[in-house]
Amino acid sequence: MKRVVVGHSSEVTERRSRIVHVDGVEIAIFKLTGGKLRAIENLCPHKNGKLSEGIVCDHHVFCPLHDWKINLNDGLVQEPDEGCVRTYSVEVEEATGNIILLVEQGSSLAS
Amino acid sequence: MKKKLVLIGNGMAGVWAVEQLLKLAPNQYEVTVFGSEPHPNYNRILLSSVLAGDAKIDDIVINDWNWYKENGVTLHAGHTVTKIDTERKSVSTASGITAEYDDLIIATGSLPFMLPLPGADKEGVIAFRDINDCNTMIETAKNYKKAIVIGGGLLGLEAARGLLNLNMDVSVVHIFKDLMERQLDQTASQMLRKELEKQGMNFLLEKNTDSILGKKRVTGVKFKDGSVVDADLVVMAVGIKPNVQLAKDSGLEVNRGIVVNDYLETSIPHVYSVGECAEHRGIAYGLVAPLYEQGNELAKRLAGVPSAGYQGSVVSTKLKVSGVDVFSAGQFTDAEDTASVRVQDDFEGVYKKVVIKDGKVIGAVLFGDTSDGSRLFKMIREGEDVTGKEKQILLGEGSGGGAKSGVDYVASMADSEIVCGCNGVSKGTILNAISEKGCTSVNEIKACTKASGSCGGCKPLVADLLALALGADGVQTVKEGICGCTEHSRDEVVEAIRSMRLTSSKEVMNVLEWKTEEGCSKCRPALNYYLGMAWPEEHEEERESRFVNERNHANIQKDGTYSVVPRIYGGVTSPAELKRIAEVAEKFDVPMVKFTGGQRLDLLGVKKEDLPKMWAELDMPSGYAYGKALRTVKTCVGSTFCRFGTQDSIQMGIDLEKRFERLNTPAKVKLAVSGCPRNCAESTIKDFGVIAIDGGWELYVGGNGGVKVRASELLCKVKTEEEVQEWAGAFLQYYREAAKWNERTSEWVSRVGLESIKEALASEEERKALNERIDKTLSLTTDPWKEIIEKDELRATFEELQAPALETVAD
Repeated sequence: MKRVVVGHSSEVTERRSRIVHVDGVEIAIFKLTGGKLRAIENLCPHKNGKLSEGIVCDHHVFCPLHDWKINLNDGLVQEPDEGCVRTYSVEVEEATGNIILLVEQGSSLAS
Repeated sequence: MKKKLVLIGNGMAGVWAVEQLLKLAPNQYEVTVFGSEPHPNYNRILLSSVLAGDAKIDDIVINDWNWYKENGVTLHAGHTVTKIDTERKSVSTASGITAEYDDLIIATGSLPFMLPLPGADKEGVIAFRDINDCNTMIETAKNYKKAIVIGGGLLGLEAARGLLNLNMDVSVVHIFKDLMERQLDQTASQMLRKELEKQGMNFLLEKNTDSILGKKRVTGVKFKDGSVVDADLVVMAVGIKPNVQLAKDSGLEVNRGIVVNDYLETSIPHVYSVGECAEHRGIAYGLVAPLYEQGNELAKRLAGVPSAGYQGSVVSTKLKVSGVDVFSAGQFTDAEDTASVRVQDDFEGVYKKVVIKDGKVIGAVLFGDTSDGSRLFKMIREGEDVTGKEKQILLGEGSGGGAKSGVDYVASMADSEIVCGCNGVSKGTILNAISEKGCTSVNEIKACTKASGSCGGCKPLVADLLALALGADGVQTVKEGICGCTEHSRDEVVEAIRSMRLTSSKEVMNVLEWKTEEGCSKCRPALNYYLGMAWPEEHEEERESRFVNERNHANIQKDGTYSVVPRIYGGVTSPAELKRIAEVAEKFDVPMVKFTGGQRLDLLGVKKEDLPKMWAELDMPSGYAYGKALRTVKTCVGSTFCRFGTQDSIQMGIDLEKRFERLNTPAKVKLAVSGCPRNCAESTIKDFGVIAIDGGWELYVGGNGGVKVRASELLCKVKTEEEVQEWAGAFLQYYREAAKWNERTSEWVSRVGLESIKEALASEEERKALNERIDKTLSLTTDPWKEIIEKDELRATFEELQAPALETVAD
């Protein structure tokens, strides 16, 4: 696993997101109410909508294109739709407030 | 310490209220119930089924003995309360039981009305009201043959049907010419009589009973015209009267029933009343639906749950009379100012009538086929304007061909046919959700399949499919809130925001007990709108609750790029402005430049991070082509150049657009100004359309050229430009304050009717107040593009975070 510093926690507002490209993959980093971060691939499995632009409600995001509801904890698309979005581990480094994204080494990300 | 609640009356209304209370506040009260009958609470409506032999008494019990035990409710069945001491707050029975209360519910129901005829006290003369009466009839039928039922209303006919089943000869005596005259019109009534005669009932109509003959036991009935009929049993079913004696004796205010307010409170503190014994706003109801509604409100009151109180009920009757389905609601008799649509089929025994007044359905009668009942009842309650589609109400869309009800129509659809066009849900998928996933309401189907989840246009079809699959009785009608997170309607939410001065979504969700933690993509933007509308100064805009387009102030496209539409007032631009737009388009490699339908230019395919830079270079205000807001004001050339133009429509359009730009509205709003009745700016399919005429202006509202084409309706004619502004401001603000979020003016005007809007805007004072409020709101707006360009933290949200190249951070 690699730890990538992708920004500072203050750069993301609650219930909003920012995107970052890590080795060609567009990742959306969300901040939930209370400050916890979640990271998922910024691609709705339905019609490739940008999930980063969806409305965030607790730990879910609604895709802006056709309102699919995705669980940010596990990437699962909620009923009645079906599918899954890739999730990433993300955390805030306590000492610095930096956003640390955990990326698998040698995965498709690095290819 | 629990408070003590005493309920007098172990019937449907009172026990229902207690049941609801226990759900809302399980630990608040210790409940004691007194009932005169030695039975647990049973469904009185089903007594006729017991008599008809379709059910046993056990089958019609609602709450059995165990229910009382399990819920810790003390029941004194067979004990009649004879005294209430409202000072000491206690009740006592003739049998000597006394109970103290903190709160008391009187639900003593009603008594059968016994005609004070000579001989009415003889053996064999009974009412039809409780289990005891039922038993008497069953016993009598074993030894006697001839029965007379006095009363040709619902109750009388049910008793008569039951007696027929018990193999008695039955004659029904009725004072009027028509049976069930309170529930049916003449045609339906005559069809019913024919059907019942076929079943073996005799009718003695327009007969006035004089006296009951016999010594100890009844032997016959004598009428005022002198005729006599033999009888071994006389059942009086001429009506009911509220049972109010106890309340009267206890000093409560009593009219026909016990007088209660919207919170079911009687004239004495801590004493409440529900059901047939209560009189609310002058009405003592005798049907079951209002009793449940009253019970719900009383439960809320006792549990301390805030509510708007009981508002009275519009009642409908839907019954089976001797196997014949009958429905009626509202005002169903014809009057001079009403018109009706009728369908009568004597071969099938079907009759339907819908009564219309001022463009609205105000009543309906159905006989033989009541499948349209709930749909019609909804129309009556909601007061939807049906002008121009009166025939479709009964005959369905495309009427004139085969007369089809909604259910017949969906039955004829192929399984693969699409019901919900927005989400591509077929009839087969919906039927599958009903049979496989057990969906029983439109909402559940929406949650399961998404059908009716987007534009909502197919909701009636989904409802018809439910009725088709489950039968009308299997469909659940759940109170629908503004979204799945709440059961509160738009009006309730807005009322709470106003009356409790709520200024954030979080407060609204807390106070109104949202089912979800942070709402959903439907309610969040809606609440943000309602809050901003109600408290333009106090409410802080919640950007995170805005749909992407309104947050980024550009229209998201399917590939994640955006479109940029600058404001071009009234569709009038200049060479310099056009050059600037062209240069910006070239500089940022905009893939497509297109004229919009609203007389302006659209730059399509812009990357998100380029938006602020482009706006800065354009140096034009946002055209709001993306928002639930004022979009464009389309104009024709008008008197400036056109040889037909009667007024300066261009200037009028520019003035309107400059005044209302940036205005947030429930849904997008489009305006147009035409310079003459040729109407080249298409003012009649706009939300607010202006057409110049010689010497004045015509103002049209509620038009739509989109999803559902609707020609606008004439609001009024005015003389001056100032008046155009005055009416435009008043109309738009009234729309902002009254419509549901996401409801276009065309839908809103259809729903509430043009007349109600005219009425609301009729007084100059009111128009002035509305204009003041809209101008206040407008004064607080700023150009969003400029704001984003100027504020670093806003601009930053358009940029991507920068990750270092992966190799350099490997650990």
